[in-house]
Amino acid sequence: MLYFSKLRIISVIVFTVIFSYFAFSNFVKFDDKFFSKNINLGLDLQGGSYLLLEIDNRPVITQKLQAKIIELKRYFKEKEITLKNFSLKGDTILFETTDKDFENVKNILNDNESDVNTYYPTYKSHEFDVREDGNLFSLNYSRYGLVLLKNSSLDQAIEIVRRRVDEVGTNEPNILKRGNDRILVELPGLDDPNRIKSLLGKTANLTFQFISQNNEESFGTEKLSFEDGSRDAIVSKRIILSGDNLVDAKPSMNSQTNETVVSFSLDRVGAKKFGKATSTGVGKQLAIVLDGKIISAPTVREPIIGGSGQISGDFTFQSATDLALLLRSGALPAPLNIIEERTVGPDLGQDSIDAGILSLFIGFLLVILFMIYKYRAFGLIANLALVSNLFLLIGILTLFEATLTLPGIAGIILTVGMAVDANVLIFERIKEETKNEKNPIIAFDAGYTKSRTTILDANITTLIAAFILFFMGSGPVKGFSVTLGVGILTTLFSVYFIARLLTSLYVVKNKDKEQLL
Amino acid sequence: MRDISFNKFYRKFNILSLVLIVISLAFLIFKGLNYGVDFKGGTLIELRTTDKTNNISLIRDSFNQMNLGDVSVKKFGNETDFIVKFEKQNSNDPEFIKNIQNKLSSSIGDVDFRRVENVGPKVSSELLKSGIIAISLSLAAMLLYIWIRFEWQFSLGAILAIFHDVIITLGIFSIFSLEINLSIVAAVLTIVGYSMNDTVVIFDRVRENLRKYSDIKIFDLTNISINETLSRTIITSVTTLLALLSIYLFGGEILKGFSLAMILGVIFGTYSSIYIANPILVALNVSQRTIVKEEKD
Repeated sequence: MLYFSKLRIISVIVFTVIFSYFAFSNFVKFDDKFFSKNINLGLDLQGGSYLLLEIDNRPVITQKLQAKIIELKRYFKEKEITLKNFSLKGDTILFETTDKDFENVKNILNDNESDVNTYYPTYKSHEFDVREDGNLFSLNYSRYGLVLLKNSSLDQAIEIVRRRVDEVGTNEPNILKRGNDRILVELPGLDDPNRIKSLLGKTANLTFQFISQNNEESFGTEKLSFEDGSRDAIVSKRIILSGDNLVDAKPSMNSQTNETVVSFSLDRVGAKKFGKATSTGVGKQLAIVLDGKIISAPTVREPIIGGSGQISGDFTFQSATDLALLLRSGALPAPLNIIEERTVGPDLGQDSIDAGILSLFIGFLLVILFMIYKYRAFGLIANLALVSNLFLLIGILTLFEATLTLPGIAGIILTVGMAVDANVLIFERIKEETKNEKNPIIAFDAGYTKSRTTILDANITTLIAAFILFFMGSGPVKGFSVTLGVGILTTLFSVYFIARLLTSLYVVKNKDKEQLL
Repeated sequence: MRDISFNKFYRKFNILSLVLIVISLAFLIFKGLNYGVDFKGGTLIELRTTDKTNNISLIRDSFNQMNLGDVSVKKFGNETDFIVKFEKQNSNDPEFIKNIQNKLSSSIGDVDFRRVENVGPKVSSELLKSGIIAISLSLAAMLLYIWIRFEWQFSLGAILAIFHDVIITLGIFSIFSLEINLSIVAAVLTIVGYSMNDTVVIFDRVRENLRKYSDIKIFDLTNISINETLSRTIITSVTTLLALLSIYLFGGEILKGFSLAMILGVIFGTYSSIYIANPILVALNVSQRTIVKEEKD
């Protein structure tokens, strides 16, 4: 039917006006909070950095397995069961039992109430898979045990990453988990990601260890090199103090040497440990080790009992600031690797916006002129529908604060090109119907009815493509799928409500004319 | 309504399409696609030089001295803009990009890095995999949709038409060594949607005409249907091409590959709805009974 009720006319107008208002709110500043929404610009348009980090969990796994060996030894010793020949081969813990204890050990390890091998009833899985070959036991992380471990190290890492990024003070960073070993960091407006990259690339494991008196590596010592690569030193493996005990760190100036240093303060436990170690170690060299490299190794002149100290070592003010930041934010549980980086400078982003708007404008103009040339008055109606379609599309994107990317702009332009399709289908159908039907109102009505399934079919196929792209695509491409998909919905609305309303008004008014279309 | 005998040329155009597909497949198999850093891994730098006398060979020479593996340098729009791609990606060295910029500044004067993309081997192979999955999934979804909506003969026709468009579009990318990146995957998916859209419009009309005319054979019936929908086919592809052409010409260098793929896809999609999808209905001997049988079920 070509008849539209008043209510329907009003709701179509109200709907269109509201969304057009949202569309305009991108360009005009409104005081009202509700109407001052903006489309988010993607990193490719506003400039910024996208970093994908992957945790290297291998050191964590090794660490946990070593701790597990100690735990197993202690646990079975208490039960007066002797295990021997403990070893760690790859990711497998190996040990042997005696014939007498074999069954006992096996039962304990496979017991669902087991203290040493936790059982997770919901996942029907122990933390470790246990296999035995004769008296030889081998323990591996089970699939679920590994997932649990990865999740917990990811949770820790993401917290540390957030602190480090916040400390640098970029605006509105976006930090998200990806899978169980990746972190996505989006830094809008950041032109030079080098500083953040170098901050995120460091584990920041700080330890204080005494330098050994011996010149040869022996049991309980390790050979570490200095940060600047100048020389090596033999260092005791015993850790006096680690970064965990730090409560604060900041760059400062040593008034005596005029050097830039990092001063730190310790918590109570740390202060106690540090005081004790420095009391017994007067005259020794204390190595300050960061991620396996010695920063400096000052000689202890007197016991340090105040719970604060300084780290010296060839710092510039910038590097001291960064080290202090790293120490304040804490150590990562495992090293992070940057496996993907995409950075767009702000001026390229602006160029892309300009080019996008220019091509949208020209594409729009070409389509509009072509439609008027082809359909005259009805071309005008289709164009009005197209204009409101564009407003609706941008309005909806604004309302939901969707992210607009460069391919997203391309999606809008493409929508402009394809949106006229539905009106063309209808108009062509009406032309055909007019041949056999003299009453224009009936012919127009038939044109709308008979083209409906085709229009639905045609739009659903594009919608399917947009959906799949939305779920499979990433970043900018996802933005394209959003505009393409929303564009189809607004197209259908503009065709069936706006254009149809205008068409019916026009036809009813001009029904006595010879040839309408 | 015009009256053009499209059906007279079914055979000729089918042979042409077959030849194009064979050529495309041969190129895809033996030459392969020119994958960008998204799918191959490596580093891409879009740079702008301040010194106008810099040219491609000068920039290539400076990059070659840095030991970055295979380096390719291309002009990118402006006189002063270049795209540099190389295999090495060392994202774990935070100073990697900075060092390159410093070395470059000392050899060719001040450079501005407008865009840097650095993709590791693991990510690039995942992106490639998910791209292939996305395209296959969309084909499967289209097949499912059309299988629900139409008889199987129509589904086969539509799907073969889509394959035709995708293979030839990718073939052209292979022949001219155009870069395949993430946005090309988006373009291919949109082509799939567009081609399907175009085919469905004609098929809807074929089915309608099968009901309307009980005595016309499918060979002529497809021709009637193509003609009846022809002006719509032309108008829609013209408006879509106008929009795409506008992106290609004014949308900036980054969207060039994307819009080119789409332009090719729209052209082949329009052609294939007429010359691939319809001849298949003829070959499968679709008749009035095909749809009557289906409706009785």
